[in-house]
Amino acid sequence: MEHVATALSRVSGWRAGALLAIVGVAVLLVPVAFGSFAQYLVLNVLLLALFALSFNLLFGMTGLLSFGQAAFYAGGAYVAGMLLRAGMPVFPSVLVGALAGAAMAVVVGAFCVRHTRIYFSMLTLAFGMFAYAIVWKWTDVTGGDDGLIGIPRGRLGLLGPLDPSLAPLSRYYVFATVLVFLSVAVLHRLAVSPFGLTLRAIRENAERAEFSGIGVRRTIFIAFVVAGFFAGLAGALLAPLEQTVAPTAAHWTKSAEPVMATLIGGPLVFAGPIVGAAVYLGLKEIIVRFTEYWLLVFGLVLLATVLAFRGGLLGALSRVVRNA
Amino acid sequence: MGRALLFQGLVGITEAMYLWLVAAGLSLIFGVMRVLNFAHGSLYMLGAYLTYAVFRLVGGDFWIALAIGPLLVAAVGWVLEVGFLRRVYRVEEAFQLLLTFAFVLIFDDLVKLVFGPLYQSPPTPKGLSGAVVIAGSIFPAYHLFILGVGAAVGLGLWYFLERTRFGLLIRATAADREMARALGVRASRLFTWVFVLGAWLAGLGGALSIPVRSISPGMGELIIIEAFVVVVLGGLGSLRGAFLGAVVIGLLHAYGLLYLPVFELALAYVGMAVVLIIRPQGLFGVREG
Repeated sequence: MEHVATALSRVSGWRAGALLAIVGVAVLLVPVAFGSFAQYLVLNVLLLALFALSFNLLFGMTGLLSFGQAAFYAGGAYVAGMLLRAGMPVFPSVLVGALAGAAMAVVVGAFCVRHTRIYFSMLTLAFGMFAYAIVWKWTDVTGGDDGLIGIPRGRLGLLGPLDPSLAPLSRYYVFATVLVFLSVAVLHRLAVSPFGLTLRAIRENAERAEFSGIGVRRTIFIAFVVAGFFAGLAGALLAPLEQTVAPTAAHWTKSAEPVMATLIGGPLVFAGPIVGAAVYLGLKEIIVRFTEYWLLVFGLVLLATVLAFRGGLLGALSRVVRNA
Repeated sequence: MGRALLFQGLVGITEAMYLWLVAAGLSLIFGVMRVLNFAHGSLYMLGAYLTYAVFRLVGGDFWIALAIGPLLVAAVGWVLEVGFLRRVYRVEEAFQLLLTFAFVLIFDDLVKLVFGPLYQSPPTPKGLSGAVVIAGSIFPAYHLFILGVGAAVGLGLWYFLERTRFGLLIRATAADREMARALGVRASRLFTWVFVLGAWLAGLGGALSIPVRSISPGMGELIIIEAFVVVVLGGLGSLRGAFLGAVVIGLLHAYGLLYLPVFELALAYVGMAVVLIIRPQGLFGVREG
């Protein structure tokens, strides 16, 4: 499996940078060329891509399968939603939302990183549902099963007197897109940094990593908090887009979305979760038109992936490229 | 006051028995195979649906349905292990988890497809529809029956694992897989039977639940998450721990409903967090390497 990743990294280099620039310009041009539905759809893909990339920092890079990332996603969404409703501008609300995700990850991470991988999966799921139980029951603050409704999308809150209003979707689209691209750049930088290599060393053999002087728990903890921050950011960016936050944002089915996206795209390639997010949401958009049983379809897709395509789409693609 | 406490305690322990049946299978499978079965809650759900289907097929005889339903779930377990799980023993454990997770999604929608999305609720079986008076309160006879079954399964498992030859092989494989293999234990066949036994236990839990808890497509997820909390509390792989953990969670729920209704849902998780701080490996768990 590792040589799949190395093969693809050989293909990348400056070409990856060029590709990223082209995709970036194309995505930014969407509001000019298409209507609001396309913007809405692309933003959803971008937010899931960011969410999945943060998940893959733990899964593909470190070998830890979290089933509770929705807790941080929902934390970001609810905190940002509450601040926006209290009249705070968009940028600081989103930032504080992301920080709330990180803060929650500090608490949950303190419990989860001490254990073996199996315990990690179980504990993240349990803590995720703990967050869901709180959101569901703490009606005074979270709105219970109604969620937060009527979230305003007001000023940007970054440029002082020049501050634009983000009420039109096309402006919010640009704002959110820029934030997502910056985050992707940071996550990519992190993936190729010594820190990223350390995570991979832990994935391959945690015991050996420990012996070579790596503080395994501390490193995993940092990765967990960073993942919480970006999951929180993805959630925080959703609140002004949807203008409502529902408790389903904290449910385990939400935690399953980055899992699906990452596996479809390929966990061992950096861009895997991005491609996977687009394919996942595209497939879902099509499947729900034919049947309400889309979970069954995705269950079968996941089954096939686990049995035969553990490298995901990009893993398969890189194998084709290498053999050509 | 004291009576209410005692009564609510009995209710809590009764509810704990369903959880115990699921957690027992989950823990047994993990202890021997080192696989965490996410789909174990789905097997519980299948137990409920399949038993209900048999119940209607045989004209409303609960006892026949109770005998056949869990066996059907055991058969599903056999297909899962032989057909799918066996293929991923050699890859990273995350993919084993993901495989069982795929079946959570598949089974959830399959029961909706076959049985419809509605809640179903068959009647209490004849002969157990009455009630007894305990501590001045009326206690359904069916609850007593559940307590009896839970205890019987506990004793049966103990006897099976500690006193039979097959149980000895299971314990040996759980303790040291390589050594057991080297001594001639056919581990792959043993794995299949352990998985089938675990599936049967979950199916039995689901089958027993149908007269008192309504059947719905989401019931599997609810119980698997609680079962995870239970095995974290008791120590993954330990049957004693699973039993004690289930009772603790059952009591927390029962008394939580009585005294802290708003936080009732969260209490189990708080309990889990407390145990993790004091004893990370769980009450009866072995410290991880």
